[in-house]
Amino acid sequence: MKDTSKPKVAVWKFASCDGCQLSLLDCEDELLAVAGAIEIANFPEASRRIVKGPYDVSLVEGSITTSHDAERIHGIRRASKFLVTIGACATAGGIQALRNFADVKNFIPMVYAHPEYIKTLGKSTPIADHIPVDFELRGCPINKYHLVELVNALLNGRKPNIPTDSVCMECKRRGTTCVMVSAGMTCLGPVTQAGCNALCPSYNRGCFGCFGPKETPNPDSLADWWQKRMNLTKPEIVRAFRGFNAYAEPFRKASELHEK
Amino acid sequence: MKNRTIKVDYLARVEGEGGLFVKIKDNKVVDVKLNIFEPPRFFEAFLRGRHFTEVPDITARICGICPIAYQTSSVRAMENACGATVDGQLRALRRLIYCGEYIESHALHVYMLHAPDFLGCEDVLDIAKAHPDLVKKALRLKKIGNDLMVLLGGREIHPISMRVGGFYKVPTKAELQAMVEPLTWALDFALATVKFTSTLTFPDFEQDYEFVSLRHPDEYPLFDGRIVSSKGIDIAIDEYPQYFEEQHMAHSTSLHSVVKARGAYHVGPLARYSLNFDKLPEVAQKAAKKAGLKQTCNNPFKSIIVRAVETVFACHEALRIISEYKMPEKPFVEVTPRAAVGHGASEAPRGMLYHRYRIGADGLIQEARIVPPTSQNQRVIESDLSAYVNKNMKLSEEKLTWQCEQVVRNYDPCISCSCHFLKLHIDRQ
Repeated sequence: MKDTSKPKVAVWKFASCDGCQLSLLDCEDELLAVAGAIEIANFPEASRRIVKGPYDVSLVEGSITTSHDAERIHGIRRASKFLVTIGACATAGGIQALRNFADVKNFIPMVYAHPEYIKTLGKSTPIADHIPVDFELRGCPINKYHLVELVNALLNGRKPNIPTDSVCMECKRRGTTCVMVSAGMTCLGPVTQAGCNALCPSYNRGCFGCFGPKETPNPDSLADWWQKRMNLTKPEIVRAFRGFNAYAEPFRKASELHEK
Repeated sequence: MKNRTIKVDYLARVEGEGGLFVKIKDNKVVDVKLNIFEPPRFFEAFLRGRHFTEVPDITARICGICPIAYQTSSVRAMENACGATVDGQLRALRRLIYCGEYIESHALHVYMLHAPDFLGCEDVLDIAKAHPDLVKKALRLKKIGNDLMVLLGGREIHPISMRVGGFYKVPTKAELQAMVEPLTWALDFALATVKFTSTLTFPDFEQDYEFVSLRHPDEYPLFDGRIVSSKGIDIAIDEYPQYFEEQHMAHSTSLHSVVKARGAYHVGPLARYSLNFDKLPEVAQKAAKKAGLKQTCNNPFKSIIVRAVETVFACHEALRIISEYKMPEKPFVEVTPRAAVGHGASEAPRGMLYHRYRIGADGLIQEARIVPPTSQNQRVIESDLSAYVNKNMKLSEEKLTWQCEQVVRNYDPCISCSCHFLKLHIDRQ
């Protein structure tokens, strides 16, 4: 039944792995409470029910990789009061943005026998390159508690409380020994936004940048450290910055600098 | 009405974007197409030049629903290429985290994606209105699967602990012991799920499939073993390319896989179950029999019961592994790269997932090939649709459309994987 008093929330998908929208269904303890406070108006992964716009909140997952999708996102923006991008694909272009550093024409025949059947753009781009975005949730995948916090904040008319410091700070707070200093592991923690509670270092491995560049990062200094003190080669530095947030500007510039 | 068109533009409750087109002329289906318009992401292309140790984390991003399947198939392929053996408790831990993915993924599909069709509901929230207690328990089951993945892998989506050679970090016995109580509850509720799903109404729709799955001499297959089929294939995993091929069709950004000698084949729970019934633990076998299943199941609608039976297996197996667990001294074995080709296959909850990589002595990937379950099932889904519509021509437009969607959802298709969703068009002329 349609309840007009509840805010209408829609979930939209572009090029992605579906993991970030799955995070909503992974909120097992909160799902029924959240679903009780909102009207899920468009969420095809979970429901056949499609309610027409306009929508109070749109959650957008995935990056823009086709001309059809580049058109479609404008319609979603027009139908949405508040539009939030969720995940590395929507906020930075995702892992599929690795094509942006190559010629996609060379990529197609590596996967498909009939390149003429495939329609794709040369670049995978974040949603904010196409339309104004009201808020971005980072992560590959997003942290599901950030999503609950976001929905809670929007329902209560306040700003979402999402940390913007670095993974490095999270490591210090939980008391994990620095894996770069103590074990010589390549770690993106100093330049990567917090959000995962410094998961990888707590599993004896370096951060690989799921939450993308933090505010005011200094990737060149980090790369310099890697090069001079850890003897990383240029291709290794390039690969380190070219992960799920490769096309986010600070990481992109750092990788391009070491490609020369 | 002799000629008609039925269409669904965006199929719901599947992962990814696709559509479906059925054309009916003089009361016969003349054309069926599963259109997959999920934009291609070119994983096999950008994997070239990446280091072999990076591949499990990159390929996990093909699918947020079954990252463990992608990580397992890729690490097994790398270990195969480099001649590394990962056995004992490390191998058992890989089975354990895979059990977590089965519990999570099957609970999601059985209750949230598939059951609404049988109960005439649009989604699980509709079910929750009538049966709040059932849905709460279903969510608890799903959460226990996720908790197991979080314990071993750090997080439920794109876990970070699996690596070539083993794990970055392994749990202590006490950490695993904490899962015994919830898993014991989960096993009971999985048994109740088998019973619940067996009371649903199923259309009479037995099909003659060639089932394909892994088979292992000692266990219900999750990874390793041989590739077998119900029509006589029995090969090593590295012989896959000689027996199977992928074809590229104009209407899909997902490649279609076929058995070279014959054509369409079926992967997933029905195939695994029918080819490996004897390897299920007794508790799962008994539950299946009580639910009215035979040792082979050819009705794709009954895959919901089979998923419940496999959930029983996964809970039982997880409890077994935990009871026998001894924390390994080292979380991984060293793997040195060499110039070689490696093959890996594992049983994602929705079917067999095959990976092949050519790597250089420098450890860099030269070539990659990934064959996801949904691209293997595309042909069979199309033939099911054709057979189902031919048999149920008299149904109303609305009913037939919904049931066609259900035919597709029987396969728990993951279109993000296969390319990557679904649009249903039934065209009656």
